[in-house]
Amino acid sequence: MSSKNIKTISNPKLKLEVLTQDDIQKIHNATLHLIEKVGVRFPSKRALELWKDFGADVDFTKKIVRVKPQVIEDALKMAPPAYKLAARDPQQDLQLDGNHVHLGTDGCGVEVIDILSGEKRTSCLQDVRDIARVADATEEVAFHWVAVSAQDAAVEARGLHEVKAVWDNSTKHVQTESIYNVEEAKAAIEMAALIAGGRDKLRERPVLSLMQCTAPPLGHDGGSLDAALLAAEVGIPTGFMTMAACATTGPTTMAGNMTVGNAEVIAATAMLQLAYPGAPVFYAAAMTASDLKTGAYTGGGPEDFLFGAATNALADFYNIPLSMGAFATGAKEPNWQAGIEGSLSSFMASVVMSDMLLGCGFLHGSRIWSYAEMMMDCEIFSIVHKMMQGIEVNDETLAMESIANVGPGGHFLGQKHTRKHMRELFMPQFMDRRPYSEWETKKDDARDWALAKARRILKEHQPDPLDEKVSKEMDRIIKSVEK
Amino acid sequence: MSEELYKEMAQSIIDGDSDISTELAKKSIELNMHPLDSITKGFVIGVNYIGDQFGKGEAFLPELVMAGEAMKAAVAVLEPELIKLGGAREMMGRVVLATVEGDIHEIGKTLVGTMLSASGFEVVDLGVDQPADKIIGKALEINADLIGMSALLTTTMVRQREVIEELDKEGLRPRIKVMVGGAPITRDWVTKIKADGYSEDAIGAVKIAKELVGKADQ
Repeated sequence: MSSKNIKTISNPKLKLEVLTQDDIQKIHNATLHLIEKVGVRFPSKRALELWKDFGADVDFTKKIVRVKPQVIEDALKMAPPAYKLAARDPQQDLQLDGNHVHLGTDGCGVEVIDILSGEKRTSCLQDVRDIARVADATEEVAFHWVAVSAQDAAVEARGLHEVKAVWDNSTKHVQTESIYNVEEAKAAIEMAALIAGGRDKLRERPVLSLMQCTAPPLGHDGGSLDAALLAAEVGIPTGFMTMAACATTGPTTMAGNMTVGNAEVIAATAMLQLAYPGAPVFYAAAMTASDLKTGAYTGGGPEDFLFGAATNALADFYNIPLSMGAFATGAKEPNWQAGIEGSLSSFMASVVMSDMLLGCGFLHGSRIWSYAEMMMDCEIFSIVHKMMQGIEVNDETLAMESIANVGPGGHFLGQKHTRKHMRELFMPQFMDRRPYSEWETKKDDARDWALAKARRILKEHQPDPLDEKVSKEMDRIIKSVEK
Repeated sequence: MSEELYKEMAQSIIDGDSDISTELAKKSIELNMHPLDSITKGFVIGVNYIGDQFGKGEAFLPELVMAGEAMKAAVAVLEPELIKLGGAREMMGRVVLATVEGDIHEIGKTLVGTMLSASGFEVVDLGVDQPADKIIGKALEINADLIGMSALLTTTMVRQREVIEELDKEGLRPRIKVMVGGAPITRDWVTKIKADGYSEDAIGAVKIAKELVGKADQ
């Protein structure tokens, strides 16, 4: 089943096993051991009290919770293995069922390379609108993160302005990573309910999902926990993302880093299930290695790529969908490094069928939004999409009749079989396969074409607007939070 | 009636269907339609359409080749009739094509031939492994305007120069223009051997050929 105007990877023909069942079991056992013996920090009064009720060993002073393995395992079994992310346009709903990989934009950027001037500047609310509109038009982007921070919007309601800006400019699903306190979460739920047709309809039509970052190692942010509990209560899909980085916020060894991240994610996920059994939850991760020279979160590199493939093994083990960070790059402009990091990270996360693939559009460690980068990342996704279809072998694809027609020598360009199947071959938008002489006169490349496409979309694409009454009501809700 | 048939003719080219274009050409003769009308009001419309679509990036090389082949098939039926009536199709120029001696690679050259035919050139394709005297001999025999030579290997592309030197020696240039092509051919090489033109692909070759016969605007 596919969604309107959305290109999604499904029915994969490629396979990759990064971890054996034995490896996964070891990581799981080690994780349970950490949660029981070392504990995880839950700096939220509500979360600590809930854990107390669930029978955990709670240290209210240090805000550390230690939980018996059986409690965690039983809780995780209550999580639904499959559900859908609803879109404003129901034809663009996304199935999270283990057989789809949906691409989303990256999020939380702070600067934008201006689409017209090419100058780098601080991100603002209009950027959120523009990016959403461009993403709405592409068939590759299936859902949105809030791509950049609306730094000109009031701090206390910024996350709400951002979500509305995306809904205003796109009919696709919105997953926000920028709502992490009770006030904004309550308001966001009200806003989502306006689109879904009521608070009681959100479970059936979750037009919004919430992603909360953990605070590695082995910790959480209090506001995030409270916001997640509010979302889980009404059936808004909620996930916890670990960004544990080898050698800084996690141990240097990859298995150890995964275990730390896993403890954060499954402890919080178990809490949601214990509080609201059956609430739709997802696993989220963007683990990486730290750069040994600067300590920086690298976002990219071979460890990143391996985490991309390994994390889905864990999400599958717990039988919940995964939202996986990909396309991260430290490159400062769309270049060799950005191409490698975008390609390998998205391939590794896709080949294992991560349900949500985050991250198109960013440079410099997810800080700087580039429309050209976004378009080229979309093309990378299209390449991976094509590769995942594998090679079909049957009488028609063996092409015996066509081969006999041509015989030794000659060519296949005039064959009906060629005409019938030629559009199955990948047609790049941004790869330079022109004669050298043509390049020589123009000296342009992928970056120019990608930017031109984004400019064209921004100029021409008019998404279906939000219902006027809904929009006004949302404005009222946002205002009430601002006061 | 004939309007309907013209439309079908154009469509047979767009569909790249040589069987149907041949059949329609025969039918037009039975109906006593003028072969030149069938070409210009029927089949050529299809060729132009596919050419436009290709230019816009909406049609691809196989469609262009199939349209060219369907056109060629129709013209093969109509041309003898045209000659019987004492007429002739307007021709862009005569071309001899060959892959040079020692080289058996020909897909690029064959494509150039198909594209040139579809664009109104009369093309004699000698095939592969052709020595200079054969190429020049054929050019003189058919009074060619153009010789097109292909080579895929750096070891055989030197043969292109031999043909040009031979033509110069016999004073046949600039009457006969020379265009060259093949994967190893660069602008530097073209300048070095004093060829008249080159292109990196079959579409570009048509443009160059038209320029060389002084019909760039057609």
